[in-house]
Amino acid sequence: MSTTTVAHHDEHADHPTGIMRWLTTTNHKDIGTMYLTFSLIMFLVGGCMILGIRAELFEPGLQLMNPDFFNQLIGVHALIMIFAALMPAATGFANWMIPLQIGAPDMALPRLNNWGFWLLPPSAILLTLPFTLALFGIGDGALATGWTFYPPLSVQGGIGVDFAIFAVHLLGISSVLGSINIIVTLFNMRAPGMTLMKMPLFAWGWLITAFLLIATIPVLAGAVTMLLTDRHFGTHFFDAAGGGDPIMFQHLFWFFGHPEVYILLLPVWGFIPQILQTFSRKPMYGYKAQVYAFWGIGALSVVVWAHHFFTAGLPVPALLYFMYSTMAISLPLAVLFFCWIKTMWKGSMSFETPMLFTVGWIILFGIGGLTGLVLADVAADAQYHNSYFVVAHFHYTLFAGGIMGIMAGVYYWLPKMTGHMYSEKLGKTHFWLTAISFNMTFIPQFFLGLAGMPRRIPDYALQFAEFNMISSISAFVLGLSQLLFVYIIITCVRGGKKATDQVWEGAEGLEWTLPSPPPYHSFTEQPVIK
Amino acid sequence: MLMQGLKKIGAVLLLALVSMVAHADYSWNFPEPVTPMALDTLHVHNKFMLITMAIFVVVLAIMIYSIVAHRKSKGFKPVADKVPSTAIEIFWTLIPFAILLLIDFVIMGIPAYHSVIMMEDTRNGSEMVIKVTGSQWRWQYEYMSGDAEGIKFVSNLTTNNKQMHNEEEKGQNYLLEVDNPLVLPVDTKVRVLMTATDVLHNWWVPQFGSSRVAVPGFIRETWVQVTKPGVYRGQCKELCGKGHGYMPVVVNAVSKEEYKAWVLAKKDELAKADAGADKEWTKEDLVAKGKEVYEKNCAVCHQVTGAGLPPAFPALTGGKITTAPIFGADGKYLPDSHLDRVLNGKNIMPAWKALLNDTEIAAVISYERNALGNSVGDFVQPSQVKAARQ
Repeated sequence: MSTTTVAHHDEHADHPTGIMRWLTTTNHKDIGTMYLTFSLIMFLVGGCMILGIRAELFEPGLQLMNPDFFNQLIGVHALIMIFAALMPAATGFANWMIPLQIGAPDMALPRLNNWGFWLLPPSAILLTLPFTLALFGIGDGALATGWTFYPPLSVQGGIGVDFAIFAVHLLGISSVLGSINIIVTLFNMRAPGMTLMKMPLFAWGWLITAFLLIATIPVLAGAVTMLLTDRHFGTHFFDAAGGGDPIMFQHLFWFFGHPEVYILLLPVWGFIPQILQTFSRKPMYGYKAQVYAFWGIGALSVVVWAHHFFTAGLPVPALLYFMYSTMAISLPLAVLFFCWIKTMWKGSMSFETPMLFTVGWIILFGIGGLTGLVLADVAADAQYHNSYFVVAHFHYTLFAGGIMGIMAGVYYWLPKMTGHMYSEKLGKTHFWLTAISFNMTFIPQFFLGLAGMPRRIPDYALQFAEFNMISSISAFVLGLSQLLFVYIIITCVRGGKKATDQVWEGAEGLEWTLPSPPPYHSFTEQPVIK
Repeated sequence: MLMQGLKKIGAVLLLALVSMVAHADYSWNFPEPVTPMALDTLHVHNKFMLITMAIFVVVLAIMIYSIVAHRKSKGFKPVADKVPSTAIEIFWTLIPFAILLLIDFVIMGIPAYHSVIMMEDTRNGSEMVIKVTGSQWRWQYEYMSGDAEGIKFVSNLTTNNKQMHNEEEKGQNYLLEVDNPLVLPVDTKVRVLMTATDVLHNWWVPQFGSSRVAVPGFIRETWVQVTKPGVYRGQCKELCGKGHGYMPVVVNAVSKEEYKAWVLAKKDELAKADAGADKEWTKEDLVAKGKEVYEKNCAVCHQVTGAGLPPAFPALTGGKITTAPIFGADGKYLPDSHLDRVLNGKNIMPAWKALLNDTEIAAVISYERNALGNSVGDFVQPSQVKAARQ
């Protein structure tokens, strides 16, 4: 891909300063920065919650909290990590990088963009406010049903459930708005000559994500609204006594919930090959194959949902269908793994922090994917289901496959965004601390699950004690290591060695033709792709 | 060449896994299976783990080789990927797809199919039927057929509060012990019907390999056929509220002769309890029995002291309901009275009429009114509870 260089002039860069700049901004970089900052803050909040859990599970017995508060922490931890940490991080990157990568001056719908972000802080408040209210004797705390809201437990629950339902509504609106913006931007604002099949892979990953979000978020919104009316307006959607069915909620929820996994992962699968090609100094292998694999995964993701509740009592044909369709996901995923490794093969690799995170990511996400293949088997799933085996599995896909991927992206683009190099030494330390403590936290959980420890229990039988202790200690190391991450980012924003325009020796793509940091308005004239 | 290598790796892994499994306590794998279903699950699991580990090791090895060999620091120059000829491209696409399809749908898919069919076949050859009902937070067992038909009892956690709060040393079966375990004969296929009264529960014994969600208002089913006598322990594994960690499943599998003896003894015991409902009880006896019932069933929410956990679980000490009159002038119990609430429940308070017998309900109400800091003075006879049920 070759580009014509465009002169930049920044006469449109005047904007309000102080708090008004951030409240009223329609600039894609400002909004991207806010998304990423919000994500980082919520990542720490959700992390603190789970450290509370791990402290309680350090040894058998009830030490720190009552079981009800324990249940509140696990549910809110998951909602925060998924909706307020991972999704905003991916949206933040989309805001920052999609206009730069496709040669557009900004996102297509800048005001909508601003609104999309400012819906997030209220929803984060809605999620966590019940904790505070409970301190003043109002209500009995946040939702205690786990993040899945399964009725009838969620119908029985206190006001925390209502708060969480409205938080999910707001988060859903925000996601749909962001998705519309990304689709409109990608379809209309690509640089002349950039056909869809020349679009950077990150943009492709996000395009599929955006369609998945628009297809599935309304189903979630509908499901939680039905829950709300069951709770307060006498409907019986999920109540057998009135002709409803609690399992119907699980179908609706996971019709959203399974695509959600790919919503979280597709943006990461988009930029991982870009990082690989940069540090392998060789163009990515199989661009087209990866795009088609994205399509395949996007399509499969909406037809496999019931594998999340194989034990709920489905008819045999349904069990077989969902088992085989779930196994079929391994086909497009294998294509992706093949392309990633082939991109590295016979490259000229160097291992700066983004590349370290990427390589670690491939290995650990591989474990998540392979255990997922095993979980697809209905008979064995009866044992794995709702045990710690599943907890370990989805943390390999969502912490390793999601958050560690995001971290690779942060180290990759941070010099471009701030104009400064971060400390490579600290970055590498952060990687090794994270990777080792992550494995030490979750490998014991595989064995706990196999031995028969159910998830979501505040106290456990004595035979589970040793593994839980190892897991808890490692979780604290993992959590504390993330303070180093925050420190690295803050020092990098404040100063450091000046970054060049290209930043990385092997970096290619439009974003690397701009100065670091890029001017407030990037492309006043669109570059032409030949 | 490649296949030989793969076979070698497979053999090494198999050996490693087998030696792990051979270490009898299974703490690195599923616990020892005692039903045909669990045995099948273990085999399927081991096989799949082996396949996925082999894939992982091969892919990782290729990647590590590349990481070591193709480094810039070693002066390795990038070699551009050539655009392959169409024939080669088709070959390189189809072969991996074929291998994957083989693994997914033949090597893994066929045994998985047979396992599903076996797991769902609850009826063929089943010799008895039991019904398992999940409630917050206890299991109720009912024998639906055979000699034991009509036997029905509730199984509660017996681990005491002091152990949970680290004031006493924890027993060997901490959190996995109950007052009335389910008793099943060995080598008998038992069809297990499952339902719940309030929220979702999941009846799970790891050594049985069967796990099914109990859905209120619906019947789900599974089956067990225990092949070895022993006591098997498991837990609820569907989040069901604050007591989710405190509803263990304990199954006592005994020989067919012992089972017959147990059935006779249990029937006798239940008949005696029924007879107890017709006799006149003294207040002291009721309160004494009520303490036992209360601490087993009620203390998890309302606390041992009766202080409750407001606002979700109100205090019983000085409570509105526990101090108000129970019976109206016509001798019938009043709506929202103490007896009404215990029998029928409201919102999160479960209805106890299906879980406790007349004597137990009378005893626990008498206890709550005359202990826990209350001294209302009146009490309820089991016969009154019996009448109230009609």
